[in-house]
Amino acid sequence: MISRDYDDVPGTYVLDSRSYRKGYHLNMFCMSLNKAECREEFARDEMAYLQKFPMTDEQRQAVLDRDYIRLLQLGANVYYTFKIVSHDRQPPQVMYGKMSSPPMSFEEFQEMMINGGRPIDGNRSKKESGNG
Amino acid sequence: MAKLVAGMGTSHVPGVGAAMDNGKTDEPYWAELFGGFAPLRAWHAENVPDVTIIVFNDHATSMALNHYSTFMMGVAESFQPADEGWGPRKVPVVEGHPELAWHLVESLILDEFDMAVTADFDVDHGLTVPMSIAYDQPDVWPTKVIPLCVNVIQHPQPTALRCYKLGQAIRRAVDSFPEDITVGIWGTGGLSHQLGGERAGVVNPDFDRMFLDNLVNDPVANTRLTHTDFIREAGAEGIEMIMWNVMRGALDEKVREVYRLYHIPVSATAYGAIILENE
Repeated sequence: MISRDYDDVPGTYVLDSRSYRKGYHLNMFCMSLNKAECREEFARDEMAYLQKFPMTDEQRQAVLDRDYIRLLQLGANVYYTFKIVSHDRQPPQVMYGKMSSPPMSFEEFQEMMINGGRPIDGNRSKKESGNG
Repeated sequence: MAKLVAGMGTSHVPGVGAAMDNGKTDEPYWAELFGGFAPLRAWHAENVPDVTIIVFNDHATSMALNHYSTFMMGVAESFQPADEGWGPRKVPVVEGHPELAWHLVESLILDEFDMAVTADFDVDHGLTVPMSIAYDQPDVWPTKVIPLCVNVIQHPQPTALRCYKLGQAIRRAVDSFPEDITVGIWGTGGLSHQLGGERAGVVNPDFDRMFLDNLVNDPVANTRLTHTDFIREAGAEGIEMIMWNVMRGALDEKVREVYRLYHIPVSATAYGAIILENE
């Protein structure tokens, strides 16, 4: 696998050729939720709808669990997972908070942003943050 | 001849559109930002061009992993607001300008910028939120629009330098359009923000200030930023700022800064806007 200089940026998932291939069907499932009739079908029986896409069982389970950080690890991109959180009629800060390390509630994430956001200092590189 | 008069950079956060669509702009969370929009809207009310080229990106709405283009020009008569997962925004249909759009396509391709072309494209918050920021809630948008869609999601995106050069080529194309019309250009997206990953919520006001200052006085400096500079310093989604380079490349070398707005937070982002006029 070809490494990239941005691999050193902590807590960051770049949609590149590696995640493109790993997450293709997962992301295309997410994309399908742009259509009202697909949202209805997904709402009726989530697992049955997920079975229509040639995803891995692990990817399907992460969707069912709304395990957003796991979805990114399995190749999803945040603009695609956005479709799930929209389907759930939740504000995106719910997803951002769940992905954060350590995880935060909607209120905690909102408060961090109101207080100026997550600081860049200490978060530029895995070496700097020490936690990868 | 056509005249390129001014440029605007603005973030295109969907929450701004949702706040307007749902009548929440007076709430404490939004009031300061919308107060900052007042002078920006006053300027736009006095400076409506015949056509506005809006440089934006699609967010897994009309393009996805199965088909995407690095640069794509919208040549349709009109563009519908897209359903992005919560139903289309109730904003006016975006009227296109196929004649200038096709002139841009022809001129740019002969100028070595190989544009993709679409006549069937619903526009998402990347385009409609900047319209709402500039023009509030009219029954009909006051300007015609040429959507210019840039891939900023799938790596590798075009470089910051390529975006600036595209802007310069757009300027050459506008200058050679024979009709006496005025043209504006907007770069959208940014500023620093990261939506995905354990680092979600990271913002970098120092980087944003440097980028905005350079945009006014030393735009070439912003063309030296690499993809990893943006990802590391401005967050994974901060790379949208390359679209502001397209706008800046289309303006004169020397510009006048008319207005600047910077506000944290809007959702998980640092919001920024700037208006630049040709001297």
